[in-house]
Amino acid sequence: MSGFPLLSLMIAIPAIAAMACLLVPAETARRMALGATLLNLLLGIVLWTGFEIGGARWQFVENYALFGRFGWALGIDGFALLLIMLSVFLMPICIGASWRSVTQRVPEYMAAFLVTEMLMIGTFAAQDLFLFYIFFEAGLIPMYLIIGIWGGVNRIYASYKFFLYTLLGSVVMLIAMLYMAAAAGTSSIPALMAYDFPASVQTWLWLAFFASFAVKMPMWPVHTWLPDAHVQAPTAGSVILAGVLLKLGGYGFLRFSLPMFPEASAQLAWLIFALSAVAVIYTSLVALVQADMKKLIAYSSVAHMAIVTIGLFAFNRQGIEGAMIVMLSHGLVSGALFLCVGVIYDRLHTREIARYGGLSSIMPRYAVFFLLFTMASIGLPGTSGFVGEFLSLMGTYQLSTWTALLCTTGIILGAAYALYLYRRIAFGPIKSDEVRGMSDLSTRELWLLAPVAAVVMWMGVYPESFLAPMRGDVAALLERVDRATPPSDSNPTAGRRVAAATHAASGEAHR
Amino acid sequence: MSYAANFALVLPELVLSLGAIALMMVSAWGGPQSTRGVSIASIFVLAGAIVALAARGAGGGDAFAGLYRADAFADFAKVLIFVAAAVSIVIAPGFFQRTAGDDLRPEYPVLILLSSAGMGLMVSAVDTMTLYVGLELQSLAAYVLASFMRRDTRSAEAGLKYFVLGALASGILLYGISLVYGFSGTTSFNGIADAYRTDGRALGLVFGMVFVLAGIAFKIAAVPFHMWTPDVYEGSPTPVTAFFASAPKVAAMGLFVRVAIEAMGPAADAWRQIVIFSALASIVLGAVAAIGQSNVKRLLAYSSINNVGFALIGLAAGTREGVASVLAYMAIYIVMTLGSFLVVLRMRDEAGQPLEAIGSLSGLSRTQPGLALAMATFMFSLAGIPPLFGFYAKFAVFDAAVRAGLFPLAVIGIVSSVIGAYYYLRIVKTMYFDEPAAGYVKSGDRVEAGLLVIAALIVSPLGYLSIPALSAWTGAAARSLL
Repeated sequence: MSGFPLLSLMIAIPAIAAMACLLVPAETARRMALGATLLNLLLGIVLWTGFEIGGARWQFVENYALFGRFGWALGIDGFALLLIMLSVFLMPICIGASWRSVTQRVPEYMAAFLVTEMLMIGTFAAQDLFLFYIFFEAGLIPMYLIIGIWGGVNRIYASYKFFLYTLLGSVVMLIAMLYMAAAAGTSSIPALMAYDFPASVQTWLWLAFFASFAVKMPMWPVHTWLPDAHVQAPTAGSVILAGVLLKLGGYGFLRFSLPMFPEASAQLAWLIFALSAVAVIYTSLVALVQADMKKLIAYSSVAHMAIVTIGLFAFNRQGIEGAMIVMLSHGLVSGALFLCVGVIYDRLHTREIARYGGLSSIMPRYAVFFLLFTMASIGLPGTSGFVGEFLSLMGTYQLSTWTALLCTTGIILGAAYALYLYRRIAFGPIKSDEVRGMSDLSTRELWLLAPVAAVVMWMGVYPESFLAPMRGDVAALLERVDRATPPSDSNPTAGRRVAAATHAASGEAHR
Repeated sequence: MSYAANFALVLPELVLSLGAIALMMVSAWGGPQSTRGVSIASIFVLAGAIVALAARGAGGGDAFAGLYRADAFADFAKVLIFVAAAVSIVIAPGFFQRTAGDDLRPEYPVLILLSSAGMGLMVSAVDTMTLYVGLELQSLAAYVLASFMRRDTRSAEAGLKYFVLGALASGILLYGISLVYGFSGTTSFNGIADAYRTDGRALGLVFGMVFVLAGIAFKIAAVPFHMWTPDVYEGSPTPVTAFFASAPKVAAMGLFVRVAIEAMGPAADAWRQIVIFSALASIVLGAVAAIGQSNVKRLLAYSSINNVGFALIGLAAGTREGVASVLAYMAIYIVMTLGSFLVVLRMRDEAGQPLEAIGSLSGLSRTQPGLALAMATFMFSLAGIPPLFGFYAKFAVFDAAVRAGLFPLAVIGIVSSVIGAYYYLRIVKTMYFDEPAAGYVKSGDRVEAGLLVIAALIVSPLGYLSIPALSAWTGAAARSLL
């Protein structure tokens, strides 16, 4: 595959399809969008099979100096590959989810989604600092329109909040990027990943990047835009927001903060740990009392993302691999949960949990899928959630037992709010005749949920498929941050290694 | 230096001046029916001026014993000015034809030509006397243009306000020039620079600098000398507003840069403080004050104040990259702003009367999707959101500021840009999220539509492909100053 600009093609297809969508009637636009996203999924599979595991660090590299100061530089490593796969996998599902529920201004809707897909692929594939920034920031425009045009009652407020919040987070990062490019004399990401900034400067740069990624992630206390955006966005908008856009923050930490500023990352890991621990406990408790389904899942996203951040800043293999798997798993699971909410919302037009009840007897097929995704969200063994959370917490435990202790409570709380949600929706008496009249999953909806369910199980049973592509990259990252790894607080002494090991194992057994 | 050589250097202004005088004769005898002919002829005169620039090539030099300089910097600014002036002439007939009240008269293109000649002098001035003459020629023509719709009280008010405040600013500028002259003994920029180099802290020179910069700040509408802008923009006929927001901005900014770098370069530490204050104040005030506006022309006036603030950040850097970034900023800015005004020109009710309320844009994306898409492109671009080209303009100035080590300025400036994003988003929100209002009458004007498409394409991500050429050009222009 060398030499063929596959990544550019994957960016170009949705871009062209988006423009074409604007010019055709609604039904054609739907088909065109589905065709383009499926084609991109196919190319994604070609990309994955063509990706040589253990091969060169950066593959499918393209570099054209088109823009003077910066270039059209693309290329992927294992992390980027997996996240691109996640994007192209979720996109056709998003289009399918909006097939019948969106009736207003369909061509523009499809165009907005295709543009989002293009920008997401571009963000993950960009190998130039400024190209990355352009793709990263540009994602705000289609998402702003998706929330604002096709959103719920309070959509205007939510769209503004989403746009301005994330913009404010990101602009300072631009200044940091300008400084880095000036100091290092290059804007190439691979080159900057090997460039050593002085430790004092690193702290400032790290904080600037943190401002952006913490908002995108979102981390407590700058997470408040997320519930609003999720609740107001249309179903597919929520799926893409939870599934892919939230991963930009984690990807940013992985691609920029850790390898470019290892000293600062070590120095400020306490900040990440503290905010994440608060996030896990606080947002899980908040999720417990939500009356709105989407809001509940949105808060659970914040808690899951906190598991990602602690894993990333654990400075060890388990932590980073776990964080990546949580990101992928959360992308699938919370995306699927939003789809599940969308399915019943399309029938009853309310997200209020109290209006539902007893769906397991009326919609049995739906109840099965919903149960699977609920369990995956909790992190039941056999689903993708377990693999990621287990690895991430295990990695964290090696660095900070306290953080691991606090964040593990999130698993229990997670089980509480997720099971409570499931009980209220699926079990109990049937509340009303409206609910009694709800039909089970249609074939279309089955086709949306089944692939996600299959991948969730695949990732849970055989995570090796997803771990293998990034193994080399994790090793390279660890080699880079090794010199700064902060000391562990569990202090296992050389003579008592065995005791320490059993201690760790028993700690994990409490899960 | 022979007269022929001198005249060869000032050929663009010569073409404009002679063209303007000749066309004034035509309009005096031809009367109102000569409007169309004079307009077309003036566009050719402006094109001729650009050809005269191109014919000179890369060479240049000082004319008239150091009163006037032809260099790459002036050339770049002049191309922008002449193109913007030509656009203002092209869009005028459509506006006046359909608007009740005064008709377009042949004096309009002539005044624009005279103003352009003045602006050419401004950006080429290397002597305070040429500076003043150029500035006044530009301004006096502009005062008349502002009140071009004689029977419209708003237009008359705009002209009067512009004139009174402009005269005040000219006075301040002259006072500054006389102080500088008194303490340096020369009017030439080189001589003034020498004076600042030997004794930059002399009280008279410092005061003179403050007054000169204040006078020029009035012309670029930088805070705290911006008060006239919203009223004048609102009251003037829309094509004139488009002209004010583009060409004179470039000229005054070019003048500001040249005075700051060439005449007062050795006192950079002193004027940098003024420029930084003015930049940040313009960004913040331009953004905050725009939030409450309900008239789209007033909003664009505050937007221009806001944008001038960003351009000044490049000047505050005071480096070669800084100067280049100011030029790049102005080039991209005039495309965005002319594009926005082209959309405003299309805001007309069924009777053909111009509408200016932001509320009338409601639901434009459903009544006229193409127009809404163009306006949204300009708004996102003015807000500096990638992937639109306006982002590169901000990128360039902030890059210059960061390279010059002005981190606090860069951080405060870019964070304030988020406030500005709010009101640009409001326009997008009105067009895309709100229920459709009455809608506008469709305009069949092909030329206007063509200009709109060109502006939108330049501002779209395709504009990034022009970066290598743009940076080569602005880099060459900056090298001729520093």
